[in-house]
Amino acid sequence: MSVGIVGYGAFIPRRRIKLEEIAKVWGADAPSYRKGLQLHEKSVPGADEDTVTMSVEATRNALARSGGVDPEEIGALYVGSESHPYAVKPSGTIVAEAIGATPALHIADLEFACKAGTEGLFLAQALVKAGEVKYAVGIGADTSQGAPGDALEYSAAAGAAAFIFGNDEDRILAEVVDTYSWTTDTPDFWRREYMHYPRHGSRFTGEPAYFRTTMSSAHGIMEKTGLEPGDFAHAIFHQPNGKFPMRVGKKLGFTQEQLETGWLSPWLGNTYSGASPIGFTAVLDIAQPEDLVLLTSFGSGAGSDSFVFRVKERIEVARDRAAKTREQLDENQIYVDYGTYAKLRGKIRMAE
Amino acid sequence: MRDVAVVGIGMIDFGELWEKSLRTMWAEAALAALTDAGVDSVDMVTIGCMSPGLFAGQEHLASLLADELGMAGVPAARVESACASGGLALRMAFAEVAGGLSDTVLVTGVEKMTDVDGADATFALGTAADQEWEGFHGITFPGLYAMLAQVHMQRHGTTSEQLAAVAVKNHANGLLNPHAQYHLKVSVEDVLASTMVADPLHLLDCSPVTDGAAALVITTVEQARELGSERPMVKITGSGLATDTMALANRNDLSQLDGVRLAAERAYAMAGRKPEELHVVEVHDCFTIAEIMTTEAIGLFDPGFGASAVDKGLTSLHGKIPVNPSGGLKSKGHPVGATGVAQVAEIATQLWGEAGQRQVEGATIGLAQNMGGSGGSSTVHILEVAS
Repeated sequence: MSVGIVGYGAFIPRRRIKLEEIAKVWGADAPSYRKGLQLHEKSVPGADEDTVTMSVEATRNALARSGGVDPEEIGALYVGSESHPYAVKPSGTIVAEAIGATPALHIADLEFACKAGTEGLFLAQALVKAGEVKYAVGIGADTSQGAPGDALEYSAAAGAAAFIFGNDEDRILAEVVDTYSWTTDTPDFWRREYMHYPRHGSRFTGEPAYFRTTMSSAHGIMEKTGLEPGDFAHAIFHQPNGKFPMRVGKKLGFTQEQLETGWLSPWLGNTYSGASPIGFTAVLDIAQPEDLVLLTSFGSGAGSDSFVFRVKERIEVARDRAAKTREQLDENQIYVDYGTYAKLRGKIRMAE
Repeated sequence: MRDVAVVGIGMIDFGELWEKSLRTMWAEAALAALTDAGVDSVDMVTIGCMSPGLFAGQEHLASLLADELGMAGVPAARVESACASGGLALRMAFAEVAGGLSDTVLVTGVEKMTDVDGADATFALGTAADQEWEGFHGITFPGLYAMLAQVHMQRHGTTSEQLAAVAVKNHANGLLNPHAQYHLKVSVEDVLASTMVADPLHLLDCSPVTDGAAALVITTVEQARELGSERPMVKITGSGLATDTMALANRNDLSQLDGVRLAAERAYAMAGRKPEELHVVEVHDCFTIAEIMTTEAIGLFDPGFGASAVDKGLTSLHGKIPVNPSGGLKSKGHPVGATGVAQVAEIATQLWGEAGQRQVEGATIGLAQNMGGSGGSSTVHILEVAS
C-alpha cells in the first residue's frame, strides 16, 4: 500500500514590499542586502490575512486538486506555524470548520520555528500509513515576524501551503518514498512568551545551524534511500533568504536546474513554516510523472525533516484545478510603502 | 639583561570556531607551543586577552587557563591593552626572562569573539576607545580609523585605491597561510565595490571578527641551547612599549601614530637596529589605513609614502620589505588578544625558514608591531637569528 499526496495547494498574499523600500527607511545599503541575501522583495499579509485565513485558502486549493475528497473523511489536520493568531486557542479548529472537516477529526497546532509545516506533513503521512485515518492534512503557514530594522525584516514574509495525504492509489499524485529527520538542540533563533519579535544568533544561524542541520538531514535521507543528487528531478530546501538554499543545494551536489523551480525566496521572502512547502507546491505545478523530488525543511532550534516523493501520473490532471504557485507569486502584486507595511504588520504601537 | 630566545610556537586555525570555547582554543595553542618547544613545564604563563568578560562572560583567565592546562600552581597573569594585549603578554614575559624572574615562559593570546552578536561585539571592541570622549558620542572603531584615513588622504593624497591595495596584498598572502580565516583572492575593484562601512573604509578595508589563540615559548639562550633544536636560534633583541593619547581629539597630528613610533624607537634602540635592516615585518592592519600608517610610524617609509609603497609592490611578499606575509589581521583574522602573539609566531616561523610558500627568502631580522585601540598603545618586538 502506498501513501501519498492526493491534493496540494498554496496561498501567497498579493501585497509585496521591495527590499529598497525597507533599506531606505533604515539607512541600510540596499545593493549589499540584495547581493548578500539574494532578496528582491517579499510578500506582506493584508489586513484580513493571517495564518488561519491563508491556511484555509491553501487547503481549499488542495481540496480542489484532490479529485473530490470529502472533507468529512479527513481524520487529522495539523497547522504548523510560528505565528498562530492565538497564544492559547488552536488555529486548526478554525481551519477545519472552514473547510467542513469537523467534528470527527484530530487537530493539533505545531510549532518548531520554520519546520513546523513539514512536521504536519510528517505526522499526516504517518497516520495514513498506520491506517489510523483515511485522509490527513498537513499545513505550513506563517505571517513571519521580523523586528523593525533587523536583518530578518528584509525576509520575513507571509504564505501557506497545504497537503492532503491519503492511500487510495487512484488519487495519489505524489507518493511518499521515504522520510528522515535530523534534530539537535541548537539555539540559533527563538522568541519567548510576550516578545513581539524573535531574536537570533546572527551568523550562528548559518554554518552551525542551517547548513549543518540541512546538510545532515539531506545526507541522511539519501543514505537511507540509496539515492544520489543526480537521481532527483527537483530538490527544495528551506529558504530563509535567496542565498542559503542555493548554497546548500550546490554543496550537496545539486544543479541550478534541479533547485530553481522550488526556489521562491528571492521574490517571496521567507515564509517560515510555509517556505519549503510552498517551494514544493511550485515543483508539483510542473513536475512530470516518475520524477523524484527531495524536500528538506529546516527549523531553528534546530531540526530538519526530509522527504522523498515520487510524482504520479494523476499530477497532470490535478495541477490545473487550482491557482498555481508561480502565478500567485508573479501576478497581481500590490506594492506597498513602508508606512503601509508597518501598519499592516502591527509595527505601529501606541504607548499604553 | 639576559638574552631571550623564542623556542616554540603554537597556532590554531583562526575562524568562526563555533565548536570551540575560549579555553579549548587557548589550550590547543598552548599545547602546540609547548610541544613545538619540547618543554613540559614553564616558570610563568602570560595571557593576552582583551575582553573575555564582554565576549565570553568570563574573567580571571590566569587561574582558569593555567588550570585548564593542568598547571594550577604556576605563576600566571592575564594582561590587557585592548588589541595590543598579545604584544603586551610578550613584553611582560620578555621582562620576566630578561630580568631573571623566570627562565621559561609560556606566552599566549586568545579571544573568543563570535559567541556574541555584531552589536555586542562592536560594543566590546568600542571599550578600547575613550568612552567618555568618543564611544558615548556614538563613534565605533571603523569611524575612528576612517577619520585617520580622511586626514591621511587630505595631507598626503592617499587614495581609496591605495587603501584597497593593502587588502589585495594581504589576502594574496593569506591564501598561502593555512591558519588564515579568509582564503579569498580580492581585487581593488572588489574592495571598492564592497559595502561602505565608514567613508572611506569599505567592508574589505576592515579586519574581521575572529575566534583564535596563539602561543609562544620563550626562554633564556642557555636553556634554548639545552633543548638542542636544529632550528637557527631566534632571539628577541628589541622590545618597545608605548602609549599615546587615547582620544583622537587630544592628538597633535592625526596623520601619524606617535605611540607606534615611540614603541618602534625603543625597540630599535634596544636591538641596535635601524628600519632599513629589517627583512620581514608584521604590522597591525586592523584597517587598511592602519597598515599604511604603521609602516610609516615604524620608519619603513617616510610620512606620506606608506601608501605608494604598497602601490609599487615594495611591501609585497617578494618586494623590498615584505609586510604581513601571514596575511595580516585582514586575511588571517583578528582575534584581538591573540593577534600580537600570532604576529610574533609568524616572524619566528619566517626566521626559522619554516613559512613554506610564504617564506621570505633569507630573512634573519624581523619586526612585529601590535597596537591597541586607535593607537593608544603599541608594542614592537624585533627578532633576529643569532649569529
